Amino acid sequence: MFDVVIIGAGVTGGMLARALSRYRLSVCVVEKASDVACGASKANSGIIHGGYDPLPHTLKAKLNTAGVPLLYKAADELHVPYRKTGSLVCAFGAEEEKTLAALFARGKENGIPDLKLLSGDAARAIEPALSAEVTGALLVPSAGVICPYMLTIAAIGNAMDNGVTLLRDFAVCGIARDKDGFTVRAASGDTVRGRFVANCAGGFADRISEMAGDNSFTLLPRAGEYLLLDKTEGARVSHTIFRVPSAAGKGVLVTPTADGNLLVGPTADAVKTPESTETTPAGLAKVATLAKKSVPSLDLRQVITSFAGVRASEKGGDFIIKMSDTVAGLLQVAAIDSPGLTASAAIAEYAVELLGRAGLPLEDNPAYCGERADSFAFRHMSDEEKDAYIKAHPAYGRVICRCETVSEGEIRDAIRRNPKAVDTDGVKRRTRAGMGRCQGGFCLPYVRRLLAEENSVPCASVTKKGGESYLTVGKL
Amino acid sequence: MLQHDIVIVGGGPAGMAAAVKAYDSGVRDVVIIDREETPGGILRQCIHNGFGLHKLGRELTGPEYAAVYAEMVKERGIRVYTETTVTAVTADRTVTAQSRDGMLKVQAGAVVLAMGCRERSRGALNIAGTRPAGVYSAGTAQKLMNCEGFSVGRRAVILGSGDIGLIMARRMSLEGAKVEAVCELMPYSGGLARNIEQCLHDFDIPLYLSHTVAEIHGDERLAGVTVAAVDEHRRIIDSTRRFIPCDTLLLSVGLIPENELTRAAGIPIDPVTNGAVVDEHRQTAIPGIFACGNVLQVHDLVDYVSDEAELAGAGAAAYVLAKHADSETTVADNITVPTVAGDGVRYVLPQRVHPQSGDVALFLRVSAPAGRVRFTVRAGDTVLATAVRPKAAPGEMEKLPVKAEKLAGVTTPITVSMEELA
Repeated sequence: MFDVVIIGAGVTGGMLARALSRYRLSVCVVEKASDVACGASKANSGIIHGGYDPLPHTLKAKLNTAGVPLLYKAADELHVPYRKTGSLVCAFGAEEEKTLAALFARGKENGIPDLKLLSGDAARAIEPALSAEVTGALLVPSAGVICPYMLTIAAIGNAMDNGVTLLRDFAVCGIARDKDGFTVRAASGDTVRGRFVANCAGGFADRISEMAGDNSFTLLPRAGEYLLLDKTEGARVSHTIFRVPSAAGKGVLVTPTADGNLLVGPTADAVKTPESTETTPAGLAKVATLAKKSVPSLDLRQVITSFAGVRASEKGGDFIIKMSDTVAGLLQVAAIDSPGLTASAAIAEYAVELLGRAGLPLEDNPAYCGERADSFAFRHMSDEEKDAYIKAHPAYGRVICRCETVSEGEIRDAIRRNPKAVDTDGVKRRTRAGMGRCQGGFCLPYVRRLLAEENSVPCASVTKKGGESYLTVGKL
Repeated sequence: MLQHDIVIVGGGPAGMAAAVKAYDSGVRDVVIIDREETPGGILRQCIHNGFGLHKLGRELTGPEYAAVYAEMVKERGIRVYTETTVTAVTADRTVTAQSRDGMLKVQAGAVVLAMGCRERSRGALNIAGTRPAGVYSAGTAQKLMNCEGFSVGRRAVILGSGDIGLIMARRMSLEGAKVEAVCELMPYSGGLARNIEQCLHDFDIPLYLSHTVAEIHGDERLAGVTVAAVDEHRRIIDSTRRFIPCDTLLLSVGLIPENELTRAAGIPIDPVTNGAVVDEHRQTAIPGIFACGNVLQVHDLVDYVSDEAELAGAGAAAYVLAKHADSETTVADNITVPTVAGDGVRYVLPQRVHPQSGDVALFLRVSAPAGRVRFTVRAGDTVLATAVRPKAAPGEMEKLPVKAEKLAGVTTPITVSMEELA
């Protein structure tokens, strides 16, 4: 019997697992995919939002404002790459400038530091690539960008290093409550027991809640499509460039990523399921057009991939973070759409507080260590440091992914350390091998061989992303 | 810091031919740096025949062609650093590389860039849909089949009629897979005519011109693709969309010279070839740095890669020998004139020539297929050379020799144009 079973290994579940690992508790994270960060946590804008957007006094406003410093702290401890880019919310014309003024006031009320309203020219002075049609901008210096899946991987890895259990390929299909707690059943027939259940199931949180007997909310999946550009375009802008937000969302943004690429997107279209992550010709075309409106010099020939993620929105518009009104011991951490990533560290703290109030004993774990070794330590070394390191660890000298310069040693590390990479997409997210301009064209066969070797399985059984996603169909 | 007279980045056909030529031109201290276990580059996975007819007078497979040059490299005692990846080249010709032995730094007298090219990926095409397993660039599939010994799929659609795609259509058919279709966005194929004949027609594989893959379907493994015809602006015609079930989609949609090191060294790149701007010795705008093979321009035949690499190897050797002799003037110091792509011509290489340096061959590709054509090389009103060809296609590189006596004294840009003859 675990003290807490967390359903979902996304950024919400991962950060909660890490926060709970500070205490003397037994915690289990169950995840339906073969890896962590496989839902919205791997496919979003990766923005650390300043916090001007949420309506004052909502959970979103409170946790966004509180979340920014907590997230930067967590990222430092976990060695997750981020950049404090600052953001510019751009207005085109007088009507949108009015909205900017309202956002400025709202940001002040939400307690966001150092906000500044700029004229179009002043905005172009600090961001020359901005369209000449931009007439005004709101500068949000505390905003930044972070790699969302690296944060999730690092948070869960750190939680596991501190004793948390991760069960993959565990698709929850039933939750039964008895006097001691819950029995959570997977489609495979496996079960885990927990005194508390934390519902961090992203787009599936409404279905999980229903399985536990709470029908109080329904999520509305909304897809966002993105284009990712080569690092050659990564310096096109230095800030995160937003449009003035509307009811549909924060609009199409143009931003450098924490890894040095350029990201444009997202759309905001209602879709059938949280798994509707296909891109569409219309969506990609829309992203391209709108991004060009903000930054006309954008070179869209440098696109290296496109993807879509599905937000878990709810009609109330706010996060749902509370103990269930109807099922004792069920914690809802649901409807975590934007600014969920930014707020993730604050959401985790708040969730721990709720569990504590509900009776979870929070006694400090003296063995807890919040630091995780830096996955990118090698690539940030100088040539002299690399030389010395390779002489002691020769596998770091062999470059496997040429586009991102990822070595065999780094790939082996990713397959060995918590949470272990088990497929080629998992290696890609952890090391960036296959993430570059050739998109794995050269390194895929090598990465596959390393996965087979490290896990002592035949090459043929290595998949792209678990399930039936086999890379080959037999020996010749 | 190590010192070598000539450092060659890349041990594929271009790198090896450049090394051999540099050695034979009198420079003994030549090294090749290659990232793979053995030299040969992409030829190692090209197990089909058709290599060497022009250059060696016999028909070989890719590995055999590579072996001929590997043997020449070995005979000359040219050192090949294998499993060593060059991470930086600077304008002052220091080369940094990474291997299991550590970081290698070399001060080179001259550098020859021969890194080859990569395949355009699905992402660069922006094909909509899901992201399942089973979508490969044709060369990746070729590597998995020919070097690793695995079958990549049972039922395939191929997008793009570039040579690798055509070769892979045949390769998969020979291994028992069903190739449902080859779709080509353009109204003509970019592949060699002989490959369309031998790889598609001989295997009854349909080639759909002016067609593309509109959407990719399937969650874990590819379940199928939607193909559709495109109009003259290459826009999808919705009424023609149809679903083809398949577990494999191969992309053969263009090659991109791998010039990241070149750009980082500050060497100007031609936006059309995506390779460095060079003179007739294949010297880039930075003295002492040369480029050849697919990193300079994408070739259709390896034989011509070897020819081009020999120019670069000889050029690098001449540069080093001139420095050794402490000669005041090298060829690079002399005046050059630019070459210009005129009517019907997409690009001309080299992009600049020294009019005083002897016979020069101009290489070019045409913009669109044409029947009987005449190419004319002009400097102002003076015709320097003409050539008539029975037909021209963007997939086939043209070579136009220009005689030294015609070039001498030229001071204006040299324009190459094509006219279709009745």
